[in-house]
Amino acid sequence: MALAKDYASVMGRNNEIMKEAMGLDYDQFESGKMRFDYEGLMASTGYTLEEIERVQSLTGVGNTPILELRNLTALARKYAKPGYGATILAKDEAANPSGSFKARRAACAVATAKKMGYKGVMAATSGNYGAAVASQAAMQGLKCIIVQECFDSHGVGQPEIIEKARKCEAYGAEVVQLTVGPELFYTFLSILEDTGYFNASLYSPYGIAGVETLGYEIAMQCREKYGKDPAMVVCTSAGGGMMTGTARGLMKAGATNTKCVAASIDLTGLHMASDTAFNKKSCTTGHTGFGVPYAVDPDHSDVPRSAARPLRYMERYVTVKQGDVMYITEALANLEGIERGPAGNTALAAAFSLAQELPADEYIIISETEYTGAGKHVQPQLAFARENGIEIRFGDPNKEDKPGVNIILPKDPSYIKTIDMDLVHMRKSFIKKACKKYGSFDIDEDDIAFLAEETNSTPEFVKKVLEELK
Amino acid sequence: MAKKGDWVRIHRVVLPAEGRNPNLPADTAKVPLEMWVKGSLCADAEIGDEVEVETATNRIEHGTLVEVNPYYTHSYGKFVPELIQIDRQLREILFGGEE
Repeated sequence: MALAKDYASVMGRNNEIMKEAMGLDYDQFESGKMRFDYEGLMASTGYTLEEIERVQSLTGVGNTPILELRNLTALARKYAKPGYGATILAKDEAANPSGSFKARRAACAVATAKKMGYKGVMAATSGNYGAAVASQAAMQGLKCIIVQECFDSHGVGQPEIIEKARKCEAYGAEVVQLTVGPELFYTFLSILEDTGYFNASLYSPYGIAGVETLGYEIAMQCREKYGKDPAMVVCTSAGGGMMTGTARGLMKAGATNTKCVAASIDLTGLHMASDTAFNKKSCTTGHTGFGVPYAVDPDHSDVPRSAARPLRYMERYVTVKQGDVMYITEALANLEGIERGPAGNTALAAAFSLAQELPADEYIIISETEYTGAGKHVQPQLAFARENGIEIRFGDPNKEDKPGVNIILPKDPSYIKTIDMDLVHMRKSFIKKACKKYGSFDIDEDDIAFLAEETNSTPEFVKKVLEELK
Repeated sequence: MAKKGDWVRIHRVVLPAEGRNPNLPADTAKVPLEMWVKGSLCADAEIGDEVEVETATNRIEHGTLVEVNPYYTHSYGKFVPELIQIDRQLREILFGGEE
């Protein structure tokens, strides 16, 4: 008898479908309490850092160059106090086969799928990861289906996402395009069940272990080129995989003094599941609509336990405005002669401001660039915004920006200023959500220690928060 | 008239508004979840017909035929004059007065 395919029935089979589709039983990492074995999950890939480097290099992934952004550095120094203005570097991840760092995440996942005998791979993504999985599937001879949230209810597509669909199809993948809504996961599960393909989730341990090489390379290349570790690494933050993997890689390289900073575009007020807000966004990722919920509640992705747990690693979380990112993207092309973006340029806008806080003999690096093309480029992004009634003008982004209403381009580069998010508040929010899920604020010492690990805090901090919450 | 084997795009309502996730924002809850997929047409048909296609991964999908020989029209967008202003400003700040 055919299985029922309505929403509730398919979602009810989530666990069985996932077990089949990942060849990984997540139950083995559960302790029966709040704690789960995160390092055990990460170790379940069976790959060491060296093996991941080898797997990635087989398909030309990784070992990307570091670019020194001399003119942007000189520009930042004009706004810094004397002796300040760290050299701004960019890890040129656009040099990966699929045009972004996501190739690192896809390489191990697809290699694993092939090794385990799956005929195809699937991923639910509207971003560069789809292209990365499609590219890897092409190289490794597997079939590939990418499921995208792409259109609003009038059938108007986000140009950035349409470009990703084109790229996936160019690599031979099938692209399933959907209108706005979290039921993308339902469609994804349903096709996964029908095809028996591998779930190449962004949030699987393969997806995160693949990013560790990025953090490792950053430390090694900086040491070789500049004789020291960078003072700061800035990661554009959405699902948290970049932050998590990069920080883990830096640790494996022993770069303990490098500060890990997450950066997102401030899209406060725009609901991510809203049909009408969908095309009022002028960027599709690297924004707070993903960055904040995934930091404070990582386990709401397409796997039972996410391997991306950014709050464990970030030491600072800053926001910039859409207009800052558009401006810096144009600056990168005009002053450095390289067209990249948009996603990596969120970190670049932040780094431009953060560099001014650091002494001139230090280095600040953005962990990624990405390819640019029709649809995902500053001009079509701004043109699309204008067509959707978004006001575009020069001004002070931090005073005048209103997501979904306007894009305020900084009236000069001095107006590109990061705003720090309240990490203490985010840690509290994490603890609250974890306890709610668990069903109690009365937890034992071991779970308190676990929450301290999860929030990069201390057992004392967790206890204090629990007292406040009770 | 589209021929069997033509590369086409189809459309289907995956979930009607009333069959969707109960926790949606009001605007999204009012509309159905729709899907578009491409594939080779399984039999001759007209635009608007209910058809089956074989996708790039050899899945059979069904839906309404909406486009034959589908192609992309996304672009580099219309001219945005503010970008010229940014370019001029950056060059003036960084290199101004040196010529």
